[in-house]
Amino acid sequence: MSLETMTLFSPKLAARFDALVEKYPVKRSALVPMLLYAQDEIGYLSDAVIAEVAERIGITELDVRNVASYYSMLRFKPAGKYNVQVCTNISCMLRGAYEVFDRFQEELGIGHKGVTADGLFSLEEVECIGACCWGPAIQVNYEFHDELNAGHVAGIVAGYRGKALAEGKADHA
Amino acid sequence: MPRLVSHPDEVKIVTRRFGQGAAAIDRYIELGGYEAAKKCLAEGPDWIVNEMKASGLRGRGGAGFPTGLKWSFVPKQSAKPKYVLVNGDESEPGTCKDHLIFLHDPHSVIEGTIIAGLAIGAKTGFVYLRGEYRYLLEIMEKAVADAYARGYLGKHIFGSEAEFEIITQTGAGAYEVGEESALMESVEGKRGVPRIKPPFPAVVGLYGGPTVINNAETIATVPHVIAMGAAAYAAVGSERNGGTRLFGLSGHVERPGVYELPMGYNLKKMIYEVGGGVRGGRGLKAVVPGGCSTPCLLPSEIDIGMDFDQVGKAGSMLGSGGVVVIDDQTCIVEFALRTISFYQHESCGWCIPCREGTDWLKKSLTRFHAGFGEAKDINNIQYLAENMMGRTFCPLGDAAAMPTLGFVKKFRKEFEEHLNGKPCPFAKHVQLAVI
Repeated sequence: MSLETMTLFSPKLAARFDALVEKYPVKRSALVPMLLYAQDEIGYLSDAVIAEVAERIGITELDVRNVASYYSMLRFKPAGKYNVQVCTNISCMLRGAYEVFDRFQEELGIGHKGVTADGLFSLEEVECIGACCWGPAIQVNYEFHDELNAGHVAGIVAGYRGKALAEGKADHA
Repeated sequence: MPRLVSHPDEVKIVTRRFGQGAAAIDRYIELGGYEAAKKCLAEGPDWIVNEMKASGLRGRGGAGFPTGLKWSFVPKQSAKPKYVLVNGDESEPGTCKDHLIFLHDPHSVIEGTIIAGLAIGAKTGFVYLRGEYRYLLEIMEKAVADAYARGYLGKHIFGSEAEFEIITQTGAGAYEVGEESALMESVEGKRGVPRIKPPFPAVVGLYGGPTVINNAETIATVPHVIAMGAAAYAAVGSERNGGTRLFGLSGHVERPGVYELPMGYNLKKMIYEVGGGVRGGRGLKAVVPGGCSTPCLLPSEIDIGMDFDQVGKAGSMLGSGGVVVIDDQTCIVEFALRTISFYQHESCGWCIPCREGTDWLKKSLTRFHAGFGEAKDINNIQYLAENMMGRTFCPLGDAAAMPTLGFVKKFRKEFEEHLNGKPCPFAKHVQLAVI
């Protein structure tokens, strides 16, 4: 496969990757960011993504998988459009993170690492996200929501549903 | 947006520009920014290192190693390029101070990195942020681009002959990478498995070159030390503990938040006056003084100054400055289980005592919390944890063992109350830690 003629990624991301491999003293340093940005666009690290990243860096696919499997944010299966990550670590737990997590399970009808049937949401219980003083805190994709209680959950879910709907309408318009 | 808090006892040095729009370079300059870097450029490396030594600044990541001394270990001559690596992997549960630094004052990180580079003779600095901090990485990247545009970074910084580059780097979810040698592995595009030491990073570090690795808070403090003078900075803190610290109060406290207080500030006062006391007027059961890896303190043990030496003397560690307050309605067995579940999840598996130890501790504590503990398990937990200590490449094994030992030793009675099928006296969640 020649990268000039074939890439999985949008022209913008492909250009970004071209720059990324030049940014570091060693090409391989681009690997972890590249995997994360690829996942952001494609949704997960598919076999094709791994193959292209391996080729761009100049290492084997096995080597890419070996590194990717270490990092908890990288995944090999699709998540929902909105990946809800509820921190239940100590600071958040003390302020009711499990009530928040339980309410998300009820509201979305899925458990840890589950994906809703419409593919809109996925849910994860995650380790500390660095918002301890503003807990309980969650991240939806990269967006933080803090100082939560179970009562906020329905509103957060409705907010993202509305966002998806608005995007859908914009796409059809 | 994380809430900013304030208290009259605070001494705002590192947080001086918070909430004032200093992420914009013009505003940063207006507030005195980049003057320290210019001064360092004029004074030279030996002067910078001596100032840092005199300031008493100690590493804010948790180990408390004197910053000036660390910088002085880097050889002056090196065949390989030298590097500065800023550790913004902030992942210690209870800790969110760097979050605010990147959000409110990204240029202080850039300026501190430039100064560290001048001190050790490095031409390249890396600023590494944990993957979850994407919006902060974007703020950081904008700040770096702005600094390049002004000529504060690049081939001739501040119009001088000196050259300095900053490269931002993102992680992708790994607590372990906060350990310095694992961090270097991650920057090099590998699994974040720790390296054996020696050689230390100051001699053989990133890409094999001499490397100084500092916590983001340490680096953000550096320009302030230079600006106010080492002696004035040292005078703010306690003996051998210069300056201030960003303490993160979280958990069952009335007013949680990140407060900048002088080193040596009394812990009891911090909880009851700065933090407004235990939430809902409840009693205090325990305090985790410096992030979840530090052994807990009992209410009778908190009348101490919060600096590296005094907390050490009390049998714990100042660690990352994340103070987690636990009220008397909390089940310590559940808390211990949640803590060890974290370490079990984060252990990279490289060293057997850590990989197996965290797993068995989690299993034992899960059984305990479910009410099926046996009397001998309490000693077994202690035995397991003691045998993890000091037997791993990196401190993650110790970090998992230390708090567990603290809980078992200080709350043995509560563990005994969970024996032989007795229900947890505090039970809220029977099923825990599904990660």
